[in-house]
Amino acid sequence: MLDLTFEPPKPKVIAGAKYDWELVIGLEVHAQVSSNAKLFSGASTKFGAEPNSNVAFVDAAMPGMLPVINEFCVAQAVRTGLGINAEINKWSAFDRKNYFYPDLPQGYQISQLYHPIVGEGEIIVDMGPGVARRVRIERIHLEQDAGKSIHDMDPNMSFVDLNRTGVALMEIVSRPDIRGPEEAAAYVGKLRQILRYLGTCDGNMQNGNLRCDVNVSICRQGAYEKFIETGDFGHLGTRCEIKNMNSMRFIQQAIEYEARRQIQIVEGGGKVDQETRLYDPDKGETRSMRSKEEAHDYRYFPCPDLLPLEIDDSFIEDIRASLPELPDQKKARFVTELGLSEYDASVLTAEVEAADYFEAVAAGRDGKLAANWVINELFGRLKKDNKDITESPVSPEQLGKIVGLISSDAISGKIAKDLFEIVYTEGGDPEAIVEERGMKQVTDTGAIEAAVIEVIEANPAQVEKAKANPKLAGWFVGQVMKVTGGKANPKAVNDLVMAKLGL
Amino acid sequence: MTELNKLTLAEARDALRKGDVTSVELTQACLTAIDGADALNAFVHKTPELALERAKAADERIKAGDAPAMCGLPIGMKDLYCTKGVASQAASGILEGFVPEYESTVSQKLQDAGAVMLGKLNMDEFAMGSSNETSVYGDSVNPWKIDDRKLTPGGSSGGSAAAVAADLCLAATGTDTGGSIRQPAAFTGTVGIKPTYGRCSRWGIIAYASSLDQAGPMTKTVRDAAIMLEAMAGHDMKDSTSADLPVPNFEAMLTGDIRGKVIGIPKEYRPEGMSEEIAKLWDEGAAMLKAAGAEIREISLPHTKYALPTYYVIAPAEASSNLARYDGVRYGHRAKLGSGDGINEMYEKTRAEGFGPEVKRRIMVGTYVLSAGFYDAYYNKARKVRTLIKRDFENAFAAGVDAILAPATPTSAFGLGEMKSADPVEMYLNDVFTVTLNLAGLPGIAVPTGLDSKGLPMGLQLIGRPFEEGDLLNTAYALEQAAGFVSKPAKWW
Repeated sequence: MLDLTFEPPKPKVIAGAKYDWELVIGLEVHAQVSSNAKLFSGASTKFGAEPNSNVAFVDAAMPGMLPVINEFCVAQAVRTGLGINAEINKWSAFDRKNYFYPDLPQGYQISQLYHPIVGEGEIIVDMGPGVARRVRIERIHLEQDAGKSIHDMDPNMSFVDLNRTGVALMEIVSRPDIRGPEEAAAYVGKLRQILRYLGTCDGNMQNGNLRCDVNVSICRQGAYEKFIETGDFGHLGTRCEIKNMNSMRFIQQAIEYEARRQIQIVEGGGKVDQETRLYDPDKGETRSMRSKEEAHDYRYFPCPDLLPLEIDDSFIEDIRASLPELPDQKKARFVTELGLSEYDASVLTAEVEAADYFEAVAAGRDGKLAANWVINELFGRLKKDNKDITESPVSPEQLGKIVGLISSDAISGKIAKDLFEIVYTEGGDPEAIVEERGMKQVTDTGAIEAAVIEVIEANPAQVEKAKANPKLAGWFVGQVMKVTGGKANPKAVNDLVMAKLGL
Repeated sequence: MTELNKLTLAEARDALRKGDVTSVELTQACLTAIDGADALNAFVHKTPELALERAKAADERIKAGDAPAMCGLPIGMKDLYCTKGVASQAASGILEGFVPEYESTVSQKLQDAGAVMLGKLNMDEFAMGSSNETSVYGDSVNPWKIDDRKLTPGGSSGGSAAAVAADLCLAATGTDTGGSIRQPAAFTGTVGIKPTYGRCSRWGIIAYASSLDQAGPMTKTVRDAAIMLEAMAGHDMKDSTSADLPVPNFEAMLTGDIRGKVIGIPKEYRPEGMSEEIAKLWDEGAAMLKAAGAEIREISLPHTKYALPTYYVIAPAEASSNLARYDGVRYGHRAKLGSGDGINEMYEKTRAEGFGPEVKRRIMVGTYVLSAGFYDAYYNKARKVRTLIKRDFENAFAAGVDAILAPATPTSAFGLGEMKSADPVEMYLNDVFTVTLNLAGLPGIAVPTGLDSKGLPMGLQLIGRPFEEGDLLNTAYALEQAAGFVSKPAKWW
């Protein structure tokens, strides 16, 4: 596997009134498993259905109903684990997390506290060319999502929509290896990218298909290194957990706010209380949701309705064999094999669809030129129309042909832009368009020579001037280009003009 | 033929096939018996129209020569089984008015085998109890009686036991979490088998303690138990804990030949307070099996004394979680709320009104043993002891024991209300011989073997190897033959 070397980024430092402070952040990401059916029932997971239409008897916790594990969701969790180089636990088990809430019909969530399906792994979080944070993943476990309580439909009543109840989630738990708000957002971004490459979560944060709880604490400089050395959390500050965030921007704002809040408390001689907090994006602040004392006692115990989940090597290896090339590998390959800059490689691998598009364009062609065209021309044009790469009117085959025409000197870069716009708006085969519309660059020196002679003969005064001041030869090049409708090879024109003028 | 309701499953089946009787006649006889037995309070939801409809369909199948194993045989269904379109409320106020839109796997299998359901049977609320006194429908009454003293039919499958003993149906379903089939069978002179955990699907049976609950038949004879268990058993994709094993023809295994079988007599099963008559019965039972050619061997199950406390940690723990769903949100009872009441008041009032005291007690015990700080001391410890109890049995079987003979209950049936003021633990002691099997997942069968000096039936329990119910039933059959128990309660109701 190809690997790019990198240095860790500097941790964010916040200057307090008395000291400089560093941040220590760990994330629990809840990623909805891409699956047509729920974790323990056959009900659909389709988003946006009529309330309570995707509900099986077991989802509604009808008496006597039993959960049966959805094998596809298990495969998706294993796939995710393999995608972050994690240990796959061939033996895992489900536990019940007990609490009362109307959107939790069973009165418990089936989760995996004691024996998660995926163990330790890691994610490389890119923070710029040559700079990346290695974030260790503690575990990934499978669990059920809850439904939705609706409190604003009626002044006296609350309503419940169970469509989401029982949908499979992967809870992806990081170690406290993240050292600033930007890193936290970049971590979520990278995780999302990997999940989307793997096809195990669509990463749609707006719909809540990817959301996270953020644990934030502060410490003095040097303390974190001691923690890493000893594993002793005593070196770190008391953490607060900010619940249920589904926007990269809010994640950063919340961490920033929370860190400053904690600094203020500690510098003022107070103590940070370990508690669960919520971020209010309207006010730009976090506020206490429940303290440690008010924390639920979830009374976890092994779910007696389900046998331990045992998977074998062949199940894992079949999934491993079907893994796609992941962003880190793809990026490294684009850099080392196609000669792209790390920046361009990052841009092109951000979304697998863009990377695939680029690869189709670059196949058998100049990679750098292809990258240039995809990033600058195509992405620029799509952005103007607010379109996604998947909605591009220009296919990779078409753009590839345009790039090929440039490489073979058949058209100039300037003409290529015109051609691109024609293909973008009208469609058609670029090669045929170039032929039909006479856009081909003239490289036939005979034809160019004739044009040069024609221009020189028609402008004797200019010839005299140019002979006195060779810099003016450029005027002839421009005239020849005009005469040839821009199709003449500029270098050939220049050479001929110089020769004919005797310069 | 008179008194068709007194037939056994096997007799009725044979009569049906010979054309001597119709299912409608059998069913009508049972329905008449049921209507005359309200004093027993065994049937709590009667379904005569449905029964006659299914009986007619069964008669047609028999006529067409397409009769499955239990075609046309009228049975009762414990209220714990969800039955489509028929009230199913686990004898609890919290499931008031609940009518499922689905049929439990086991009751569906019985229906597919042609059985005719007569109605739903009384039980202890959520199967929590040993006397059928915790039911929202009121006590079920044992058809066996001493003087004017009304006796418990046992619990939790008390209605099932009473109904079978009083010939209100040919057989009934029960469930057994800590003895709920075997204890009532012993109290009523009927046969009850708790199969190996995983033998019958739990899908659609209202859960009490998921790792212990098993469905089983309650019948008049061992042969009937074999017939009915075969119809109830089998793998179910909808229950992850059901065993993917073939179901043998249990009835064909009833040869009565137990020569050379080794029967273990556990020395730890003689607790203080055990009736001398039961102890004597046990010795007699061993002698009968010996006379039939079995070898009797004393064995040790050293962790037996921990079984009851272990059970009363694990079962309530699971129950506290299983019963969390009864919250008044989606079905069943919901308390009337006052102005200003929120979701917590709705939960509290609904559950306070809907659950009876024994259920509340177990929910509280279960919540306590799972709570932070107590989990390791109680629940986790209980799990470990459970493993040891299971190992005791494994060791005995590994040493060549084929079945274990033990009492089913420490005494014969006691009077209704007599334990009401007692410490709940007194009541729990009733389960001392039965809970071990549930903890170990093993099959066990209660067989009536005699009457005590008061004229009440007493039963012995046989315990078998996992998934070898066929062999266990055969040993039980031999015991039944040797004991020759034929007594019936005198009709007073």
